[in-house]
Amino acid sequence: MIKTDALIIGAGPTGLFTAHQLKLIGLSCEIVDNLDKIGGQCIELYPDKPIYDIPAVPECTGEELTNNLINQIKAFNIPIHLSERVDEVKKENDSWLVKTNAGKTFSTPNVIIAGGVGSFEPRKFAPKECEKFENKSILYSIKDKKIFEDKTVSIFGGGDSALDWAVELSKISKVNLIHRRDDFRGAQSTVDKVNELAKLGKINLYTKYQLANVNGENNLESIDIKHDNKEIKNIKTDFALGFFGLIMQLGPIANWGLNIDKKTIEVDTEKFETNQKGIYAVGDICNYPGKLKLILSGFHEGALAARACFKLARPDEKYRFEFTTSSKTIKNRLGIKE
Amino acid sequence: MAKITYNTHDNKTHIIDVQNGLTVMEGAVQNDIPGIDADCGGGMACATCHVYVDEEWQDKLPAKEDGEEDMLDMAFEPKQNSRLSCQIVVSDQLDGLVVNIPSKQG
Repeated sequence: MIKTDALIIGAGPTGLFTAHQLKLIGLSCEIVDNLDKIGGQCIELYPDKPIYDIPAVPECTGEELTNNLINQIKAFNIPIHLSERVDEVKKENDSWLVKTNAGKTFSTPNVIIAGGVGSFEPRKFAPKECEKFENKSILYSIKDKKIFEDKTVSIFGGGDSALDWAVELSKISKVNLIHRRDDFRGAQSTVDKVNELAKLGKINLYTKYQLANVNGENNLESIDIKHDNKEIKNIKTDFALGFFGLIMQLGPIANWGLNIDKKTIEVDTEKFETNQKGIYAVGDICNYPGKLKLILSGFHEGALAARACFKLARPDEKYRFEFTTSSKTIKNRLGIKE
Repeated sequence: MAKITYNTHDNKTHIIDVQNGLTVMEGAVQNDIPGIDADCGGGMACATCHVYVDEEWQDKLPAKEDGEEDMLDMAFEPKQNSRLSCQIVVSDQLDGLVVNIPSKQG
């Protein structure tokens, strides 16, 4: 069990800056995020798109903002637990017991939810019957490519993941690549490679087709794909892989006894505390009168939530406000030598 | 101002007066019409404001910009009349537009 003064759920810009604020005032904290990388929506949805409304930063991309925030908290050595989703938050005496899907347990007086619009999950195939084969013969990510050796694999999607895997698996498997239109949005060099392999008969290309149906008893045996002109083709296949990007789902947060309205959590504007004492929500996921979904609002909300955490983490101490420009204590925490 | 008809998946019809300059997505979100999530808030980055445009209107809408078709690749059950409602800006010309909201966004 990991003991910490505050646990932050979400490693997006708001979560990262909230961690900065907590460490600045002398509290310990750890961060959990379901993605395999730091940065949240900034890194997953718009790493290359410019942002123009970060105070004092005229222009930066999602990736640059993330890297700057990582730099800003570097000295604090904050443990960040990636690829883990918080599944359970339970009250135990004066603390919250927080469990992740990787089996870690945290004990903390303060939980700060900086979860954006929830956790990123892969987008799935439309036919409902696909659930039956999920994680067996229908997959949305690849952990071990060896399972596809000498098998028939049907890959769906038009972006880099779909194309890269089609090229890679064509070396060891029989590959069908199926996409809803003629254009692919992946890198041109990969698109060229796919077309070349298709000419050589190493990849069977089906464009303007989408998945209509899946057939099989315990394992997938074949799939039906439907053309824009309604024609249906049946293809024998051992696996179907879908690469349609990620979607945000509120997920387990809905079960923690919080007041939730339209996928956002109600908070007060003094501490950004929810209806549960010691659970705060900051950034896009929180809601209060006048709420603006801007990164700069998340920074403000995190700074105030961090001060509220102090009271619960150090009930016998008094929080003293200090400026970073003049406080020796803060400079020590930041590792700045004068 | 344009009257926009939103048909939701539960076979309900919502006819809303949407101000010029707002998007079809904003018209839905501001009037609590279910089925349009708009997770990214209109940044063409998430494909959760996906709608099917009534076929009569398909050719009357401004063409898709770069990137919209790419995002539609990720939408749930995209069709030829699929659009991202955050990319359709309302004007007097769109008076009477009909959009159908899919069963889910992802």
